[in-house]
Parts: sequence; structure tokens; C-alpha cells
Amino acid sequence: MNNSPYSLKPASVQSVMLRVLFALLPGLAAYVWLFGAGILVQIVLASVTALAAEAVMLKLRGKPLMMFLGDGSALVTAWLIALTFPSIAPWWLTVLGTLLAIVVAKHLYGGLGQNPFNPAMVAFALMIVAYPLLMSQWPRVGATDFAVQWEAIFGSRQVLDAVTMATPLDALRTVLRDPEQRAMIGGILGGKATFGNIGGRGWEWIAAGYFLGGLYLLQQRIITWHMPVAFLATLFAVSGAFALYEPERFAGPGFQLFTGGAMLAAFFIVTDPVSGATTPRGKLIFAAGAAVLTWIIRTFGAYPDGIAFAVLLMNIAAPLIDMYTQPPVFGHKDKRGDSP
Amino acid sequence: MIPKLFTFKGGVKPASHKDESADTPIRVAPLPSRLIIPLRQSARAVARCVVEPGQAVLKGEVIAAAEGPMCTAVHAPTSGTVLAIEPQPVPHPSGLPAPSIIIEPDGKDRWIDLTPFDYRAATAQQTRDYLRDCGIVGLGGAGFPSHVKLGPGEKGIDTLIINGAECEPWITCDDRLMRERAEMVLAGAAIMRHITGARRILVGIEDNKPLAVESMKAAVEKLGERAIDVIAVPTRYPAGGEKQLIRVLTGIEIPYGKLSTHFGVQCFNVGSAHAVFRAVAHGEPLVSRILTLSGNMAKPGNFEVLIGTPIRELLPLAEPRADTDRYLMGGPMMGVALQSLDIPVVKGTNCILAGSPTLFPPPPPEMPCIRCGECAKVCPAELQPFQLYWFSRAKIFGKTQEYSLFDCIECGCCSYVCPSRIPLVDYFRFAKGEIWAREKEKAAADIARQRYELRLAREEREKEEKAAKLAAKTAAGREKAAATLAIAERPAATPEDEAKKSLIAAALERAKAQKEQAHPGNVSNLTPEQEAEVAAIEVRRTEIREMAKPHLRQDD
Repeated sequence: MNNSPYSLKPASVQSVMLRVLFALLPGLAAYVWLFGAGILVQIVLASVTALAAEAVMLKLRGKPLMMFLGDGSALVTAWLIALTFPSIAPWWLTVLGTLLAIVVAKHLYGGLGQNPFNPAMVAFALMIVAYPLLMSQWPRVGATDFAVQWEAIFGSRQVLDAVTMATPLDALRTVLRDPEQRAMIGGILGGKATFGNIGGRGWEWIAAGYFLGGLYLLQQRIITWHMPVAFLATLFAVSGAFALYEPERFAGPGFQLFTGGAMLAAFFIVTDPVSGATTPRGKLIFAAGAAVLTWIIRTFGAYPDGIAFAVLLMNIAAPLIDMYTQPPVFGHKDKRGDSP
Repeated sequence: MIPKLFTFKGGVKPASHKDESADTPIRVAPLPSRLIIPLRQSARAVARCVVEPGQAVLKGEVIAAAEGPMCTAVHAPTSGTVLAIEPQPVPHPSGLPAPSIIIEPDGKDRWIDLTPFDYRAATAQQTRDYLRDCGIVGLGGAGFPSHVKLGPGEKGIDTLIINGAECEPWITCDDRLMRERAEMVLAGAAIMRHITGARRILVGIEDNKPLAVESMKAAVEKLGERAIDVIAVPTRYPAGGEKQLIRVLTGIEIPYGKLSTHFGVQCFNVGSAHAVFRAVAHGEPLVSRILTLSGNMAKPGNFEVLIGTPIRELLPLAEPRADTDRYLMGGPMMGVALQSLDIPVVKGTNCILAGSPTLFPPPPPEMPCIRCGECAKVCPAELQPFQLYWFSRAKIFGKTQEYSLFDCIECGCCSYVCPSRIPLVDYFRFAKGEIWAREKEKAAADIARQRYELRLAREEREKEEKAAKLAAKTAAGREKAAATLAIAERPAATPEDEAKKSLIAAALERAKAQKEQAHPGNVSNLTPEQEAEVAAIEVRRTEIREMAKPHLRQDD
């Protein structure tokens, strides 16, 4: 016989994970609209791989299959991988990344709830180190020809030239590297062809979709305000300060917030509870740290986007952050303890 | 004047299910066939039984007397005959039987002579003693003796809080009490104010009981009380927890390990205030209480029930449905599943809840913690339950204490919301139990160690003393040997003979005196020869004694 409490709120890990997937839909819809249906192929690839890998690992570890396979956590990882990888990446890149995420980053560390690193970010980091070129080929906005994307994913990469382009972040950094071209930054950022109006053509709409989904997660109390606010505010503050200091050299906060995976990171990646900090103050520090590292890696690093590395670095620090940010307990806030 | 309200962090809003039982008036439960009254009615102490099997008792007669500062008296709930005094199952999670008095009612329900108590003429101490002898304990569930809580504490009591929050789902006994007997509750509170010298009384009621709030406010008006405020507090479990209600009404947070009197606040359940009123105004000791029968029952309601009524005999009043699979004592958040229906109602029993698989479905299998932090959001003690969970599970008990395990009030909010369906409170109960057991063990080990160390010290001391003795003995032996040698070397033995003669004379003298004083049978009417013989023996004995003297001194 179990003990009190006897009445329980209807809640489950599955319901949490399904709502996270639901919250990704607006961003995904914008993605499909602007970049074509290739991303859906990647989502299916990653999901099937994740579920298969999860099933095999559960079997090997002697865990109840149905209970864990249905929890939805592998699907969330899969979707995040698909959304952060280029949508025209070859199929084996997505599959390999997903396998690494589920087998190594999740199950070898003890499975659900035990992984110290965000599995999707582990996949991204490993793949971008191993295959930097493949991880940097993004589809051109408007090049939504599904047949070409299908061909790029499953067939020959010859077709790529027709559909790829540098991402806005990538283009920006390439220019920054070359002092002679720096003068052109203003022109590049203003160029509507690549950069759209705020965060790079197309990307701001996807970011807006993620933002919408993030609001839903907040409303559902699946995430708290701390992480997204700290992440976006810090990214805004750091990039804003540098852009004010030297506008020719540094992209402004609007661009930083709406490009690449910043919004996705703010609401869906740094907010991963398993690998992140958990105390209110700890969440602020964790997300702010991730934002600073993201900006540094984006601006001075060698890779197109710095979020994965930033999040992984902060994952390492999460236990320490939690330890030093334990909130005071009821009745113990006043150190003197005896004044009425 | 309505004081500003504060909030406590955390809490949950489970479905209240109050309507099921709140709308019917309190009914008096019929006399049961027998009453089982555990001697432990207050939380901390067992009363001393003062009746014998076969003895006839009247309703309200003392059957067990208060012994010790934490104990309260126990009374016969009705008139009848004491059948036995023996261990019976009692409402306790362990399900272990405890000594109880069994009474067979005679059906007449005859009271003792009831005399009201004039508390205005009595000192506070006298009133507290009177309440102790009336068996008044907290009726909110914990059963803490009220006379102890009414003591002055270290700083005196400024604010008296009357707890009518009743935050657990299903339970409505306090609601009904406030609706029907508001004036008695307030009169009881006023008596407690008089005893403690409190300046004001705050009555806290969750705002899902508007009729109770209204009734209490009307009673305050009617009594013309100025220093009593009836305050509707937001409905959020566990708003009726003592610490939470004090926080909401006064802003004061009582930390673990401190008494509320330390902050000039004391909190009583409305039922306790009602019991105090009845004891003082009518002279009635606490022999009955109001409890809710609800849950999976066809006719839920509230009943005035004699303490000691077996639960089995109560249930038909509310007609439990056929699929009932268990009964809880208390609410669904903190209640205890009953091991047996022969368990009696005790003073702290506020509700019997019938459960069914549909009402309280078995929890789904436990999943791993995903550290979502939902438990931390709802914890009214502002703990990090998931951290405590990791440490409890890993049996790192030192860490659990570092993370304030003992501040946990076991309200169940964390288990209630956990998406991984981890029975967090069970882990914390386990950790607390282990820590207590270890502390007990450690205390026992400490005593054993002390004993061992003392023994070692004693043995050491004895050894040293023995060695010293031995050394002294050897020295004395040498001296003696030397002395004997010296005597042997003496040429004549004359002085020795003379000494012998004088000794014999003295001994004869003494023997005579003894003979005159007492006449022991075997030494009276002795012949002179015999007398001489006795004297000679005496001499030899004296000699031996003299010789042995140095040794005797050492051996003493």
C-alpha cells in the first residue's frame, strides 16, 4: 500500500515532452514555409533513429521498454537535432548525430534524467567539429524545391550549389576576419538579400515562431522566465554594448537575437532541466553565462554558431552553480533567526 | 481593521471536494456497542489508567490521569462499565497496538456532575491545569496538549491565531463547526486570550468557505469583540499548516526547531477553541469531537462522535460505496491509510475518507527525476525536494540535513505535482527515519563508549593501586622480618611473659564485665577452669590481632 499523498495531479514526463514538441511547431512551420520541406525529412530521420537507438539501449540496459520509449524525451532530442542541423545535411550526418546523442550523451551516462550534457548539443558539437563543411551548408531562402533538397539529403551533393548559401552569421564572420572588408559590414547587414530586416532573411520569422512556442511553455509552467530572459537580455546587453562601441565591427543586438539558434536556445535548449542549473538564481547565472559564451564564440570563434559549445560549457558548471545558489529555506532567511 | 495579508511560497490547488459533506448539518452519531480509548491521547505522553475492569464509570469521569508535563487526562466518553484494559490497534502508521481502556456503554449516557470553571477568578496556571484535567488537546490532528501551548513561553503571547483554514480536500468538520457554533468557538478563543494575555485574535479561514467566514464575522459583531479579526485567506493547500497560516496572517516565518511563542504567536484549531469553551463554560471534559465522513460514500457528512468509537461502527452512517478499497484517517494529502477498521476515533481524528481505485488510483510507475523543478516551485518550506531526493536515494544523509531535510513538513505538495510520479515524501520520511535511527544508535554507542572508557580508567586505577599496595606490602614484610630477627636475637623472654600475664588479667577482667552485661547462653555459669580457658583463648586472639594489625591496615 502506498502512502500519502493519495491524490495526485495528472502529470507525466510524457505530457511535459509532448508539450515541448507542440511548442516547437510554430517555429517549424515558419522553417518549412521559408526553407522548404527538407527539414521535415530531417525530423523524421532523427525521430526514427532516436526511437530505435533508445529502444536498443533500453533493451541492453534491461529497462522497461514501453515506459521509457513513450516518455517522449528521445523525440525532443531528435527534433532539436533536426532543427539545429542544416536542413539539407546528408542523411547519415543526422543519423550519426542522433545516435551519438542518444547512445553516448544520454544512455551511457545513465539515461533519462542522468545526462550531464544536453544530448542535442553534444550531437551538434561533435558533428561540427568532425564535419565543419557539411554542418555549414544551409539552404537559401526561397529555394524550396523539395526534389533538390531530397537529392541533397539522400543522393548526390552536386546539386548543392543551387540551393546553399552562407548563413548570415557565417557571412558576417567571414567578413570580420578580413580587415580590408570590414568597411563593408554596414552594407552587408543592410543587404536585404542575405540579411533580411532583422536577423537575416527568413531567420527572424523562424525565431518569432520559437518565441511564440516559448511563450506557450511559459504559460504551461514547463519552463520559468529565468532562463529565456537571462539568455536574451544578456545577449542583448553584450552585443548592444559592443555594437555601440564599434558599430562597424560588431553586429547589433537585434541581429544577434533573431539569427541562428538564439531563440531556439533561449526557450528550448538552455532550459533543458536535466543538464542545466535548477535554482532560480542558478538559472539566471547559467543562461547569462551561456549567452556571453555564445556571443564570444559567434564573434571570435571558428564555427558558424556558438550556442552548442556555450551550452556544453555551462552544463559542466551547472552542479557548482546549483550548489552556490541554494535559495534560503522557509524561516531561515533572517540570519539572526530570532527577531520577530 | 483588516490586517495586511502576506503569502507563503509554493502550495498546490487540488480539487477541494468540500461540497460533498459541507452542506448537511452536524449529526450526533449513535452510541457504539463499545468504546476503545487509547491511553495515549495527547501527542507526547501516555496517561496513567485509574480504573479497573468491571468498574462502572459515568460520562466525563476521569479514567486515566495526566502524568508529567506533556500529558492530559482521559475521560469516559459515556457511562458504562470498564470491560478491560489491554493493547488495541490505534491510529498510527506502524499499526502496532497500544494500551487502551475498553468501555461497554450502558446506554444511559449519564454525565458526572458538571460544574463550570470560573476562569476569571482563577490564575492562568489554575486554568491551564483545569484544561489539562479536562483532556484538551489540539483537535487539528497533531494532538498537542493545549495547556502546554497556552503557557507563557519565553516572551509572552501577543497574537492568538485561530486556525479555521481547513486546507485538506474533503474535510469540512471545521467548516460546519464555524457555521453552526461560531459563538462558542469565539468564546473559547476569548478564554485562551485571557489565559495567555494576548492582545489580539486572528481567525484565518480559507476563502472557499464563505459561509463559515460570514458566520464567524456575525458572531464577532454579536459579541461586540474589537480585538478579533476574521480573515479570509486565499485557498491554497497547505494554507492551514500552522507555519503557513502564521506566515499569511502575520508575515512571521517560524523556522524549524523554534516554537511560535518565540515570536509571540500561538495557533489553535477552531475545534480546540470549541473544546476549551465547553470545558470552561459547561465543565465538560473532551469526550467527543466532530469529524467528516466523506470520499467514496453515498451520504457523506459531519458527525459528532464519541472518542473511542470504533471506525467500523461509524461507517454505516455515511454508507460507503461497494468499490471502496481503503479508508484514510485524515485527508488525501497527509492522511494515513487505516490498517484495521477496529481502530477507534481519537482526539486528533478529523476525517475518515473512503477511497476507491477511481478516486485515488494507484500511482503510475516511478520514472527517473528529470529535475524539472516543479517540486521546488510548490514546496511551502521552500526546499529543493529533487535535491533532497537524490541525497535520500543515495543515502547521503549528511547532505540531506545540509539541504534542510528536517524543515520538510511532509505536506505532500512535491509528490502531488511530480511528473515522474516519484513518491518524494516517502523518500523524505525514510531519510528522516534513518537519521533518527542513526542518532539513537550513535547516542547508544556514545553511552557504551563512555562506559568502556570509564571501565578502562577504573581498571588502570586499580592496577596502579594494586602495584602500590604490593610495593608497600613488600616493604612492610622486609621491616617485619628485620624486627623478628631482632626479637630472636634477644637473650631473655621475661618481658614477654610478664606482658602475657597482664594481658590474661585484663582479659579476665573484660570477660567478667561482659558476663555481667550480657549473658550469652554458652558462656554463663562457667567453671573457673573454663573461664581460664576462655581467657587464654582471648589472649591468643589478641596476640593474633596485634600481629595482623599492619596487614589489616593495608587491606582496609
